Amino acid sequence: MQVMPINYYIFLSIALFTIGIVGVLTRRNAIIIFMCIELMLNAVNVLLVAFSKMHHLNAYALDRATTAGTEAQLFVFFIMVVAAAEVTVGLAIIVMLYRNIHSVDINFLNRLKH
Amino acid sequence: MNKYVFLIPLLPFIGFLINGLFRNYLSRALVGIIGSGVLIGSFIISLLVFQEVTAPGFETQLIKYFDFINAGGLKIPVSFQIDQLSALFLLVITGIGSLIHVYSTAYMHEETVPHFARYFAYLNLFVFSMLLLVLGSNFVVMFVGWEGVGLCSYLLIGYWFGNNNYNNAAKKAFVMNRIGDLGFLLAVFWILQQFGSITYAEVFAKAASAPVPVITGITILLFIGAMGKSAQIPLYTWLPDAMAGPTPVSALIHAATMVTAGIYMIARSNVMYSLAPISQNLVAVIGVATALLAATIALKQNDIKKVLAYSTVSQLGLMFLALGVGAYTAGVFHVMTHAFFKALLFLGAGSVIHAMHHEQDIMNMGGLRKKLPITHLTFLIGCLAIAGIPPFAGFFSKDEILTAALIKSPVLYALGVMTSVMTAFYMFRLYFLTFSGKFRGTHEQEHHLHESPLAMTFPLMVLALLSVVGGWVGIPALFAKDAHLLSSYLSPVLGSANGEAHHLSHSLEWALMGILLSFIVIAILFSRRLFGSNFKTENTTEGISGFFANKWYVDELYEAVIVKPLDRFAAFLGSVVDNKIIDGLVNGVGKAVQFSGRQMRLLQSGQVGSYILIMMISVILFFIFQLFWK
Repeated sequence: MQVMPINYYIFLSIALFTIGIVGVLTRRNAIIIFMCIELMLNAVNVLLVAFSKMHHLNAYALDRATTAGTEAQLFVFFIMVVAAAEVTVGLAIIVMLYRNIHSVDINFLNRLKH
Repeated sequence: MNKYVFLIPLLPFIGFLINGLFRNYLSRALVGIIGSGVLIGSFIISLLVFQEVTAPGFETQLIKYFDFINAGGLKIPVSFQIDQLSALFLLVITGIGSLIHVYSTAYMHEETVPHFARYFAYLNLFVFSMLLLVLGSNFVVMFVGWEGVGLCSYLLIGYWFGNNNYNNAAKKAFVMNRIGDLGFLLAVFWILQQFGSITYAEVFAKAASAPVPVITGITILLFIGAMGKSAQIPLYTWLPDAMAGPTPVSALIHAATMVTAGIYMIARSNVMYSLAPISQNLVAVIGVATALLAATIALKQNDIKKVLAYSTVSQLGLMFLALGVGAYTAGVFHVMTHAFFKALLFLGAGSVIHAMHHEQDIMNMGGLRKKLPITHLTFLIGCLAIAGIPPFAGFFSKDEILTAALIKSPVLYALGVMTSVMTAFYMFRLYFLTFSGKFRGTHEQEHHLHESPLAMTFPLMVLALLSVVGGWVGIPALFAKDAHLLSSYLSPVLGSANGEAHHLSHSLEWALMGILLSFIVIAILFSRRLFGSNFKTENTTEGISGFFANKWYVDELYEAVIVKPLDRFAAFLGSVVDNKIIDGLVNGVGKAVQFSGRQMRLLQSGQVGSYILIMMISVILFFIFQLFWK
């Protein structure tokens, strides 16, 4: 069976994560930043699943009954749940923000300084 | 009588509490009665104690009340010692103290009632402290009284606290006394360390076995204490300034309390002084130097109280001379006679000042003989007594001191004689300028001249009587065998130190006495010629007279050598060390926090992007650090 080398997953993950970081750093629209955070989370998810599968296949070759290497996939579900919760709260905040200042530009949110 | 001894100091203390605490509620008469009454009560008990002490078969009694300090091996009891010496001092203090209290009721009548009561409260506290000092059976109780009289002298010299000069005089007295007190305190510690006890009886019993240098050190430190309290060189300058207080206070300080404390202390420690010849010589030399110095200054003073003050310093010097040459009895004898005539002179001066409406310059007096007959007569007796004319009190005690000095060294004797001659001269200068000739004050003053009330003249008359007969308890062996009652009375405490006097042949003693007397009479006649009825003015500015009139410039010297440098040092500490260094440190901490805060604030830009950037850079740095460290 032809297995895709782990390097591809790593490069994909790095690319996604970097896009996320750059997006967070450069954009001012709160919704875009939000999406970029999701992107970073999912980059980590991809990596977790890829490594998990790799470890599991290596262990499976020696012992058919093993479950080694599958724990990481549980983490992925955790992250997804947390991300979903975060989206719920975050989007609610953004809606309230828009209602108050008619904008979603985060640079309007520096009032705490004063 | 033992049961009631504690009442002697307690009564004045109760008087102090009543007069001090209820001064706003008591009437003037009640204050006077309480203030004087407690003292008279003490005097009566003292008389009974004295009677018991003189009874045959009397032994020194220790009366213990409670432990003052009881820690480990250290036990300091509050206990009183009744013996011949303390009984004699009790009589002098309470007797003369009572007379001065009675006198004060009339002298201070111009004061408002609360101040009048404050005055009597201080006066009572003063006597209480002095009684504690002489009654104590150990050095610590003595020290408590010692400090007490220092405090009270401060309070009374500064009694008229509205006048800043008086406050300065009070502070000067207090500071000078503190310098002496330090010496006394160190001596007490040293005694405790050396003998393990501070009770007189135990210390004196062990003194002979202690090394001589230690005894010398202790006695010199004790003498430094006496220098401060009894106004000897170099700490005498406070006493003339102490004239700032009311006149009866001066009488109290000079006669009954305070300055005699130093004499008492040395007489009490005579066992230790006899073991330390160096200290004895020091005491004698300082004493005679002080006597001479003060006598020269007194020659040219124009303030009636200043003359008397310097004469006290001079007479104290003679007493120290007596103590220094080992004639303890003569010293104590002179304390007693001096107390009589000096109290008399001060109270007489007070009567004159009272009549002159607070004029103290003798250049503005004169011719008061007619107007103040009682004051004049008693003052004359006081002058004769201090000058040493027989049969007045001063003659016997002074003659005894000089004889003892001659046995020790002719130089001490010669200086002592010079002092006595000068004493006669300046006392009669004072007398003639005050009482004879024409009145030199203003017309208004002349119009108001009056003899003082009975409350003031009665003490004068009693003291005049004592000044006449007071010396008869110490008639030298020259006149009558075994007539020196005081010597045999004091011999259990002071030893028969005066046995030495018999080394001189009687013919020599007669001759010396004759020479001394003729000198004194010449001095008096000379003084009469200069300052008698045809007195005009006196030169007190040029040459040696100016030097004496300005008190040898000792105050100026102290000012320049001690006070000014200390002032400058304090100013330096204030302006540089405190303002710059200490304040700089404290303010510097605050400034550093403020500055760093201002810089850190710049990080809080409020731009979310910049926070994330910083966070990211930090995380990256953290990973780099983790990977490449080691």
